[in-house]
Amino acid sequence: MFKKISTVLTLLFIIAGSLNVTLAQEAEKTSVDMADSLRADGKIYVVVLVVMIVFTFFSMYLLLTDRHVKKWEKEMKEMKESKK
Amino acid sequence: MIRLIEQSWWKYVGIIMVYYTIIAGFLIKAPRLDILNETIRNLFFHVAIWFAMFILLIISVVYSIKYLLNSKTIHDTIASEFARIGIVLGLIGISTGSVWARFTWGDWWVNDPKLNATTIALLIYLAYLVLRASIESDEQKARISAVYNIFAFTAMIPLVFILPRMTDSLHPGNGGNPGFNAYDLDNNLRKVFYPAVLGWSILGFWLASLRVRIRNIKEELIHHID
Repeated sequence: MFKKISTVLTLLFIIAGSLNVTLAQEAEKTSVDMADSLRADGKIYVVVLVVMIVFTFFSMYLLLTDRHVKKWEKEMKEMKESKK
Repeated sequence: MIRLIEQSWWKYVGIIMVYYTIIAGFLIKAPRLDILNETIRNLFFHVAIWFAMFILLIISVVYSIKYLLNSKTIHDTIASEFARIGIVLGLIGISTGSVWARFTWGDWWVNDPKLNATTIALLIYLAYLVLRASIESDEQKARISAVYNIFAFTAMIPLVFILPRMTDSLHPGNGGNPGFNAYDLDNNLRKVFYPAVLGWSILGFWLASLRVRIRNIKEELIHHID
């Protein structure tokens, strides 16, 4: 399951990265300040990775809790069956 | 819905959607606008999370109505837990909006109709939680809070969506300001915005469903001890 998620994620990363590369080649209006230097340095990827790491921990915790609750639901079901 | 809650596939869809929002949200080409600059990317967080809240609160009020029709405990459980997570998302929405306001309007909070009205709507929902906590009897708690939930929802609609549009407001989409669709001329932002709404909604739904399942286990345990 985690292998599947990681392959989908790398695909998404590549797609999103290429979205940026192809579109950034257009003539840029320099009159409005944007984070162009961050993108040029590649520092934008620090932002992306940091937020991704935070969310990874959060989603892993959610999945673990989900599994935990599922275990207790199963126990309750078995308890109900045995009492019948 | 209970069958859906027991399945897992949609949870992975939600995780992937939020990952996509994070990755593409920062990397996608955004319109170069004065005042907003890069903060337009907050669209994928602040706005998407408000949409997610609205979806959860709709589910909550539907189940409140169902409870009043059927008096099934599970419906009350779903209604209350979805309202609770809806409130959490609303608080996230307000705080992300506040951060956005600081950097675009110059202050963490402004005396604006949209902000004031949405805060009132959230306070009305918070009172729902207080109401539930104040009633001892389970059946009374469920019935009275179901009626209050319907009131809270019908109050939220004009407060959040209608009232701010009728007067002067700083907030986009209200008081004569163009909504964000006016900025997203090449529809590029929508490629991330729609998945973001889906992702945050699924995440909120998941959190609420977990609480529902835990409450169910508690109910079963109490039932068995009796």
